[in-house]
Amino acid sequence: MDTSVDVLQQASPDLVRGGDTARAVKAARLSPSFVSWLQAGPMMLVFLAFFLIPLVFVVIVSFWDYNEYQLLPAFSGRGYTDTFEGCIAQLPDLCTIAKTYLKTLKLCFLVWAITLFLGFWVAYFLAFHVKSKTWQMGLSLLCTIPFWTSNVIRMIAWIPLLGRNGLVNSGLMKTGLINHPVEWLLFSEFSVVLALVHLFTFFMVVPIFNSMVRIDKALIEAAYDAGASGLQTLVNVIIPLSKPGIVIGSIFVITIVMGDFITIGVMGGQQIAAAGKIIETRVNALQFPAAAANAVILLAITFLIITMMSRIVDIKKEL
Amino acid sequence: MKEGRPRSFYVLAIFFAAYVLFLYGPMIAIYVLSFQGPQGGLTFPMNGVSTFWIAKLFQGTGIVDLGAAFRRSLLLGVIVMIVTVVLSVAAGMAFRRRFRAQSILFYSAIASLIVPSIITSLGISLEFRIVDDLIKAHWNENFETSMSLLTSGLGAHLTWTLPFGLLIMFAIFNRFDPRLEEAARDLGATPWQAFRHVVLPIILPSVIGIGLFGFTLSWDELARSSQAIGAVNTLPLDLQGLTTTVTNPDIYALGTVISAVSFTVIALALGTIHVLNRRQAAKGSDAGQGLV
Repeated sequence: MDTSVDVLQQASPDLVRGGDTARAVKAARLSPSFVSWLQAGPMMLVFLAFFLIPLVFVVIVSFWDYNEYQLLPAFSGRGYTDTFEGCIAQLPDLCTIAKTYLKTLKLCFLVWAITLFLGFWVAYFLAFHVKSKTWQMGLSLLCTIPFWTSNVIRMIAWIPLLGRNGLVNSGLMKTGLINHPVEWLLFSEFSVVLALVHLFTFFMVVPIFNSMVRIDKALIEAAYDAGASGLQTLVNVIIPLSKPGIVIGSIFVITIVMGDFITIGVMGGQQIAAAGKIIETRVNALQFPAAAANAVILLAITFLIITMMSRIVDIKKEL
Repeated sequence: MKEGRPRSFYVLAIFFAAYVLFLYGPMIAIYVLSFQGPQGGLTFPMNGVSTFWIAKLFQGTGIVDLGAAFRRSLLLGVIVMIVTVVLSVAAGMAFRRRFRAQSILFYSAIASLIVPSIITSLGISLEFRIVDDLIKAHWNENFETSMSLLTSGLGAHLTWTLPFGLLIMFAIFNRFDPRLEEAARDLGATPWQAFRHVVLPIILPSVIGIGLFGFTLSWDELARSSQAIGAVNTLPLDLQGLTTTVTNPDIYALGTVISAVSFTVIALALGTIHVLNRRQAAKGSDAGQGLV
């Protein structure tokens, strides 16, 4: 058994990219774990060079000193003290960083709640009401295609609708519901939440749909036969069994919104502070240690949220 | 369906239709608006219909050098696509068997997917700055920077596309029947032949899917590029820069052109996948049709 699997594993495009059969035969004599390394190694190296080591640098640099124009590689807590400036002195008022994080968490919560609601019902419709596989595929694709197009364009797309002279305002004025254009439609918290929901409901739909299609339809029939109402089936059968998808989708949406600075920037008219935007602002001011310190804080909070959520479900098992 | 649909079907069907309208409506609005007449503004109603703004875009007048940004993004997208496909298929093969550090790679991929992009981007930029400083201090005082489109920029994009590639490979091999390969081996196929003539033809539609993700995610990538791309801009970065100074529909025209590329790639990929699936369904797998 071992050897059969081992031999099959030699078929790596990496090993034999030259298409040279002689080399493939020779490779068959390599030890299995060496082959695995050749296959998985390149991807591991990319993550090492462009993800893991950079994260380490973020942590290191967050403890460096800085002046107006450069990094000073000497230990300093200035990145952090600058960030938390006034947090104790101003009590009981909240300092800037605390306010910013509260605002970010609020946006996060709103977007999470709305995307969960939308994502759940869209996935429910696709998984339980669309019976034909072809239709299921087609409609899922319809939900996926926007994800393959540009986020910025999907943000800009709201301008002609929500702007001062946009469709919504002119429509409302025509019907006489309002006399003056509503100003809070664009470049506001409203438009930020709207755009985030628009962009990222996809991340909720996919994992929830995945969990739902795995639910044995017999369970639902059993619940029905045992006299459960539609609502009871939903609450006691479908929601618990969709939980892994719900949790994974929530992790995606929450981490995206926590670190977002582009949507909040563009749709907030560059006026709304958020956790990700602080980092961007610090980088633009070339205050790298302060930017790194903020990144570490953001990372810690994101990590905390994920740990709490993954308590509920074993992610690895669900993929 | 003869048995009649429950009422909840119709309610949810309307809900779903509304969601799709919500997804596509605004996008369609700007595609339409990019065909404004020369006097047209940023909002409806249309002031005539013309290709004035799109033509203006191609003349290169007005906004930054978009042609160059366009070519850079295209180049990067194609390279990211190729690297993503090759590395994902290779790593996917490795994951069919236990190996040491398997879970490290798995968790790296998942973490890379969910750690906020700005942090990854900042980390890469710090890494390259520090390397630059070291080179300047020890080897070459006149060295400028190692950060560029195809070093830090490529790496940044791969941290975003590779996790998707790997997850798609997991999905493929979850439903893959290993007996097909065993049969090939019993018939005397070398490992490479078994891969080339059995495994690859079967997984090809999904591999094209990986390529689709690789290209489109890179083509539209913004957050990770923001700090890690070096001196030059990609197309989405230029587009984002324009959002703060929007005064006329050329930004919509640019959006339409960028989307046209995305839609072309999506259509090509989905078309190819469709044809391959049809062929597989009609002929069975074409595995083993040729020998090396």
